[in-house]
Amino acid sequence: MHFKTTLAGLLAATMLAGAGSAQAETLRLLTWGSYAPDELIEKFEAEYPDIDVEVTFSNNEEMIAKLRATGGAGFDLAQPSHDRIYAAQLEYDIYKPLDLSKIDTSVMEAKLLDGVKENTTIEGEVYAVPHQWGTSGLMADKTKAPDLKSWADLCNPAYEGKTSMRLKRTILLGTAFSMGEDPFAAYSDLDKYQGILDKVAEKLIECKGNIKAYWKGGDDLSAMMLSGEIVGSETWDSTAYKLFDQNENIVFVPPKEGALAWIDTFALPRKAKADDAAYKWINFVLRPENVTLMSASTGAIAAVKGGQDLLPEDKKAAVNAAFTAEDIDNLKFFANIPPGVEDMEGKTLEKIKAATGG
Amino acid sequence: MMQNKDIKRLSLYLLFAPFALWIILLVILPHIGMVVLSLKEKIAPRVYEYSFANYLEFLHEPIYWNTLLRTGSMSLLVTALALLIGFPIAYYIAKIAGPRSRGGLFLLCLIPLWVSDLIRAFGWILLLRETGVISNFLLWTGLIGEPVEFLYNDVAVIVGLTYTVILFMIVPLVSTLDGMDNAMIEAGYNLGGSGFTVLRRIIIPYAMPGIVAGCIVTFMLTAGSYLTPILLGGKNSSWFTEQIYNQFITRFNWEGGAAFGMLLLFFTSLVIWLGLKLSGQTLANTVAKS
Repeated sequence: MHFKTTLAGLLAATMLAGAGSAQAETLRLLTWGSYAPDELIEKFEAEYPDIDVEVTFSNNEEMIAKLRATGGAGFDLAQPSHDRIYAAQLEYDIYKPLDLSKIDTSVMEAKLLDGVKENTTIEGEVYAVPHQWGTSGLMADKTKAPDLKSWADLCNPAYEGKTSMRLKRTILLGTAFSMGEDPFAAYSDLDKYQGILDKVAEKLIECKGNIKAYWKGGDDLSAMMLSGEIVGSETWDSTAYKLFDQNENIVFVPPKEGALAWIDTFALPRKAKADDAAYKWINFVLRPENVTLMSASTGAIAAVKGGQDLLPEDKKAAVNAAFTAEDIDNLKFFANIPPGVEDMEGKTLEKIKAATGG
Repeated sequence: MMQNKDIKRLSLYLLFAPFALWIILLVILPHIGMVVLSLKEKIAPRVYEYSFANYLEFLHEPIYWNTLLRTGSMSLLVTALALLIGFPIAYYIAKIAGPRSRGGLFLLCLIPLWVSDLIRAFGWILLLRETGVISNFLLWTGLIGEPVEFLYNDVAVIVGLTYTVILFMIVPLVSTLDGMDNAMIEAGYNLGGSGFTVLRRIIIPYAMPGIVAGCIVTFMLTAGSYLTPILLGGKNSSWFTEQIYNQFITRFNWEGGAAFGMLLLFFTSLVIWLGLKLSGQTLANTVAKS
């Protein structure tokens, strides 16, 4: 009898606790490291005192894995790249359509907005809008590797043991472009794409002897580059911009095949519970004064009109040192990944890692 | 009378409950989930069928079982190294050191565990990298002419792993050796045995349960480790846990990843079973005892 009363008491206590915390709304962000700087969160919470912001840092693959594990629960706003929405939605049903009337899309750069909409529309419903964009390409210490201009130059024997890359899909795509292929066009014919992947694997296995080590995150890449252990690498542009701050000889190099451009987006997880707070956050971070704060933290360019002019001064200098207008025209935007391609690419990457090439 | 018995039974249940909950909720249920998941095969988006396809895939692809064998053999090497280095340390702590210094020495062995795996791996990176402490020191002494890269190879992985797991070898060894009567060693010498004979015929047989317990724990920890091999390993160093991560995260292939997880469990269990058979020990008198 005693036992039962205690249990009932406990239950009541938990329910009360649950009711108490439901009063203040919580916005649970699932985003990239540096995409939610403390300064912006404090500003947002000051403007909307009834919303608490909770942030989980992640990357594309882990965002999808986390949402898949719960069927789209546990977070209120996610920020996957534009090419990671269509197939993930078809396969795992983890997002819900956006209500575009609640987002101030008029401030967004029309070209990027249309591109993302086109990539993420399923049965007439739009699942994402753009937030920030940037590129993957090369970085080089221009005093030591002035001629590093193409993806293929990472395998140039002149830089033996002095280059690095991340063993992920970017280098597969870049290498394919450097071999004169168009991997994005081949997405519609997966047999043809497998053929390209096989050729790329062969080339990258041959190249292993030239690579010092595969980098795994921005930190080990930065350490290798700043210490001079490597002279060139495949990189995210934002990492290169950060290093440019510390050593002006280290610049981002858009490969002559075209830098690969990604757009990180806003998407609502299927079981999100704070849609209104999420829309408020989206509109908040797209305001010009907040865009500069965000870009200072991320190193990426906001997908708003004049986003490049809203970069903080140091980042603007780094971008201008890296890109000409021609390079911008030459950008290759990541194409939607159809179902099955991640598995094919993953297998190719495993093959390269396991090969004893160098 | 009756009431007393009920209370006893209730307190027994209550004491047992945390253990039972832990085993059922955190060990048995997730493993059942993994087995079910590993037996599913993806036919089309959102369509799955039960089959052994994921296990067959492992058998058909040499990359996977080569990585598993590589992980297994390197883990055995790490276990052997930990035993070779750990045994003299444990013997010194248990038998030679005075009662006052013993605690201090034990503490010194424990201190590395106070920082996380990740920090320890970064420590090794700082020491071993081309522009790191060891390379610079050797340059300064003039032993080498230009910087040498010690990082990003299998030796670095083995050194890092041995360092991480050696404590789990030392602790069970110290506790078994501690219980050994010094008179047994004296008797061995009195009867004319050499130092080596005493070690081989008296100390090692006595310490066998501790040795086996330490080996099982270090082997399991090494084969299942993720951070150290990833961070210290080079461009050819694959570790089986990395394959599991790739299946789950990079390839979105949870079914394959679950199958790999079960295979790692079977494989390590098999190695331990073989080890117990060969050494003539049982789980009950080794791990359960220490």
